[in-house]
This record gives sequence, structure tokens and C-alpha cells, in this order.
Amino acid sequence: MPVTTLAQFSIERVEVMDHEGNVDESLMPDLSEEQIRHLYETMVLTRQFDERMLKLQRQGRLGTFARVMGQEAAHIGTTYALEKGKDWLVPAFRETGAFILWGTPLESMLAVNAGDERGQKIDEGVRVLPVSVPIATHLLHATGIAWAMKQKGEASIALTVFGDGATSEGDFSEAMNFGGVFKLPMIFLCQNNQWAISVPYHKQTAAATVAQKAIAYGMPGVQVDGNDIFAVYRVAKEAADRARGGGGPTLIEAHTYRLSDHTTSDDARRYRTAEDLDPWLKKDPIPRLARYMQKQGMLDDDGVVQVREQAIQKVADAVKAFEEIEPADPERIFDNVFEERTANLEEQLRWLKFRTGEGR
Amino acid sequence: MARLNMVQAIDQALQQEMERDETVIVLGEDVGKDGGVFRVTEGLVERFGEDRVIDTPLAESAILGFSIGAAIAGYRPVAEMQFSGFSYPAFDQMISHAGRMRKRSQGTWTVPLVMRTPYGGGIRALEHHSESMEAIWAHIPGIKTVIPSDPYDAKGLLTAAIRDPDPVVFYEPKRVYRAIKMEVPEEPYDIPLGKAKIVREGTDATLIAWGAQVRTCKAAAEQMSEEKRGEVEVVDVRTLNPFDRDTVIGSVRKTGRAVIVSEEPPTASFTSEIMAQIMEHAILKLEAPARRVTGFDTPTPLAKLEDWFLPDVDLIVRETLKTLEF
Repeated sequence: MPVTTLAQFSIERVEVMDHEGNVDESLMPDLSEEQIRHLYETMVLTRQFDERMLKLQRQGRLGTFARVMGQEAAHIGTTYALEKGKDWLVPAFRETGAFILWGTPLESMLAVNAGDERGQKIDEGVRVLPVSVPIATHLLHATGIAWAMKQKGEASIALTVFGDGATSEGDFSEAMNFGGVFKLPMIFLCQNNQWAISVPYHKQTAAATVAQKAIAYGMPGVQVDGNDIFAVYRVAKEAADRARGGGGPTLIEAHTYRLSDHTTSDDARRYRTAEDLDPWLKKDPIPRLARYMQKQGMLDDDGVVQVREQAIQKVADAVKAFEEIEPADPERIFDNVFEERTANLEEQLRWLKFRTGEGR
Repeated sequence: MARLNMVQAIDQALQQEMERDETVIVLGEDVGKDGGVFRVTEGLVERFGEDRVIDTPLAESAILGFSIGAAIAGYRPVAEMQFSGFSYPAFDQMISHAGRMRKRSQGTWTVPLVMRTPYGGGIRALEHHSESMEAIWAHIPGIKTVIPSDPYDAKGLLTAAIRDPDPVVFYEPKRVYRAIKMEVPEEPYDIPLGKAKIVREGTDATLIAWGAQVRTCKAAAEQMSEEKRGEVEVVDVRTLNPFDRDTVIGSVRKTGRAVIVSEEPPTASFTSEIMAQIMEHAILKLEAPARRVTGFDTPTPLAKLEDWFLPDVDLIVRETLKTLEF
């Protein structure tokens, strides 16, 4: 009765591009210059939007929101491996770049962050769920959607995105298990930004990587340099192709860092040192891609300025459009609760009209 | 016409809706090969296959969360929670997502799902198997809460719940499951949600109940009639939310006396809501203070003591007489 090894596992980390913008050509994904430029412009726009939103929040024109600075490559690179209109995006709340990539109007996002529910309207033909705040709960929705795609015979996949803190939630485990058991066409993307508000990764889990958690659910898991857009896209494309081909789900751990506070209501200096933050400032995914593009002759110094200025202009236009939105009618409170208003809602609408003055 | 018990009536509704609409799916723990621990889903997997009758891993939050996703993507999931006492992990999904996805997406994504679950006492079950916590569901905006009291209503209300465009919690009084048989039409029919039913006409007082307690109330009313102590009206609420005020409170306004009967712990229960409705809309018609017959604010006792917790005919008669003699 010997002791036998039943299984052995290993976890890979994928890097394609170093900080200076040099790439390993053997690992470089198939992306045209035009595509690379699109990715770069989307990342820069996301950064500019994030920075302008912060200013608007500080001026009291927006409510609390979660910044995405530093994580642009992680979620934009993954979403880029999906097909807009066909595949599904099931986000948490730190995926602004993915929304931008799929064409969500910036003014809609501004409206939502100012507390205007009309901004939550989803554009027709875009398969994206609204921002979901309760941690890890939305992963389960992605399992049901992925199951539906499989059942209907659509070659569509679902991408769901969450942070390292979410991996401690029961719903993470339940969703991973459903994904594995039903072999669902989906991607679990963990943006491991090392911080769940104030709690660092090593206090969140004793596991050396998030990626290895995939093993327990019978699916592949891989860690990728989350600030390396090419590495991120490479693993996401592999995962998407596998899912589409019936190979089931993948857990991708995009190893990155939250350069900002958790939200605009947070102050990371209370729990995080400069020594922790500084090395990651140098790993910023945007200048890294710019260096690659400059080396390849896709971009010069003027081009860097031009892309940034175009982004600033787009954001300025969106802010203008946002500020021109008329105030919402309070009666909207009763819309979209049920398909048809129930009797109690009709009655409560009359109470509201009394407050607004219409019912006097 | 076939005489069916509630288990058979619910099974028939599921079969017919699955036959009518191929987007209807059934999922939960042991709902497939085993036919459910109460056999409510018996025969479904044989008829509709494992793609539409899904034995899931043992995870209630996932069963509901998966159902939300499937509903968004075009299906009409009927998710079974094996016992209501095990449904609470799914509570987060109901309150945080099912009840507000329509709002949160401004009407783009909707969640036409049904969460079925057996509830209530009286069958000498284990801990967690006998409680009546319907008020927690009725409290959630964006969700309908439906409770049938007999096989006929169970079939019609479940059919309506499955066809409804919004999430519905469907509480099944398991004490009634096999307790009675009645004529149930073979052809599909639906009973509109949000409509209460006067199950016994009367003039002297109104008994308000739902689920298993409707039968107890009818028995109490019959006994009082036989003993010539009054003609009591019995109203089956059927849908807690949206609440049919016209029928329920209308009856109280007619009789001037009300006793609300449920198996819930009374504090912040649905009986409290009905009390508030009586206060707001019937107080000037009352001949006596409205009364409640409920469980206690305790965990539902284990089998040996549960009869002391559940309303019964004697207690309902006694409380009704108090309102008549006020």
C-alpha cells in the first residue's frame, strides 16, 4: 500500500513586454499596428477620464467612485479578446476601461457617478451588465449567462471581472465551481491589485497566487503581468478561444496594482507606505506601451502628446454633454421596478406627487 | 377531472409550462433524477432532459445567481430551494440583484425567475425545515411573493409566476403538499398574481390567512357556524406582495372585525403589515380591535413542541370570539 502521487500542478506566469517596452517576439500576440494604437488610445482615454472624474468629484459634481488608475491594461487587454455585441461582460466596479472600449458614452458614466439612474441604460446590442457593487455576487450571473450561451448553441462567452478581495467570498467559490462542473464558456478575470481597500493580499489569502485557486475547480489558472497589455491580451485570447471551442472556463489572475485610493472616499496613506506604492508607479502600463510603440516607430513624442490631447478633448466634450442633461423626473423612481406598476406603487406615486406639488 | 394533491398540481404546472415554453428550465438540488426530496419535480428530467432539468452543485446562492444570469440571457428559470430554511444564502442574490436588475439596467435586463421553496410547520420535521419567514421576501422591492393554499391555486399561481416578467418567490406550504386532493383541471390555466380570494363568505368577522393556515381558518369558521356563534368570512391572501388591499381590507370593512392568522414570529411579520393596512384603511369601520394569531418570536420549536407554536382551530375560534364579544 504505497503512497502515490495522484496529481501534480504548476502555475505559470506570462510576461511578454518588459518595462522598457522590449517584447519577447515568440510570445507576442497577433495584433496589428492599428489594433495596438486602438488599445493605447483606449488606455489613455481611460486614464484621462479617471483623472477628470477625480477633479469633478473633488468639486462636488460627482459622487464617490472607484478609480482605475494603473489597471487599464488588465481589464482593457482582457476585454479586447472578446467580441463586442456577441460576448458578455459582467463587471464589478473597477473596469471603466472595458466600458469605454465597448463604447459606453462617457457622459452616461458621468451621469451614473453623479447619481442619475438614466446613465445606467445599456446601449442596444451591447451585452454588458451594469456595475455591480456587492463583492463577488455578480460572478454567479456570468455562470448563468455562459450556460445560456452554451445551451442556445451561440459561440458566445462571458467575461466576469473582480478583485483579489472577491476571492475570499463564498460566491467566488460557488461561481468557480459552477463554471467547472458545467464546463461553461467563460473567463474569470481577477484584477489582483493587491489591496481590498486597506487589506493587503497576504491578509486576504494564504495562497501564493490567485491563479492556483483554479486547480480546485478543475479549470486552468494562469497569472499574467497585469500591466503588460500584450501578455494580458495573449492569455485572454487563449482563454476566450478555449471557452468558445468548448474547453470550459479559465481563471486569469492579472497581477497589477491599485495606484489610486480605493475610492474617492478613501485615503490609502492611512494603511499603505510609499515604499509599497513607488515601485508600481514605475510599472505604469501606459508609458510602458508607449515605449514599445516608440521603439517600433508607431508613435513619436508628438504622437504621445496628440493622443493625450485628443483624450482630454473627448472627456471635455463628455463633461459638457453631461452638464446639459436635464434633471430627472422624480416619477422615475417608480419606473423599472416591475414591468407594470403594482397598485401599491401607484399609490406611493400619488404620495410623491403630493411632495413634488403636482398632487395638491 | 383528476383529483390531485398539491405536489402533483405543482408538478403538472411545471410540466405544462416546460412543454409550452422551451425557455423554462428547472434547477436545484436533487430536482433531476431524484425528482426533488418531496417529488415535486418527478418525471421532469425523463421528459425534458438534463439540459432543462438541472441537478446543481449544493450551493443556494449559486442556484439563484445562476438563475439571474440565465434569466438575463433569455431563460425562465424555476429554481428550487430544497427547504425555505436553506434559502437564506440566496437572499443576497434576491435582494441585491433579482429585485433591482430591471431598475439598475433601466429596463434592458430583466429577471423573470421563480424561486420555489417548501415552508411552514406541521410535519414534524428537523430544525430549519418548519419556519415561516415569508415577510423577509415580501419586504424586498422588485420581487413578488406568492403562497398557494390548495392544489388548484398552486397550479394556477405557479403558472402565472412562471409567465410573470419579474422575479417571484413561490412559498409552498409543505403541510398541504399531500394533505388534500381536489379537482384540478388538466388544461393549463393561470391565476393572476396580486389577487386575494374570499374562500368562505361571512358577515360577522374576517379571518385573514395564507398557505396552510387557510384550511385551519376555514375549519374554525365552519365550527363557529355549526355552533351558531357567527358567520365568519375567510380571505386567502394568496399574494403577499403585491398585496390585494381591495379584497382583504374590503372584507374587513364589510364585517368590521378582523383576525389575522399566520405561522410567523409576530414581530415585523406580514401580519404586522396587514395590521397597518387595517389601521390606514378600515379603522373607522371596525367594531373591535383587530387581533392576530401567530407563532412566537422564538425559533420554531422542534417537532415535540411545534403544535404549541402553530395556530390551531381552537385558538382561532377563541380569538375570533373575543372580537365578536368585544
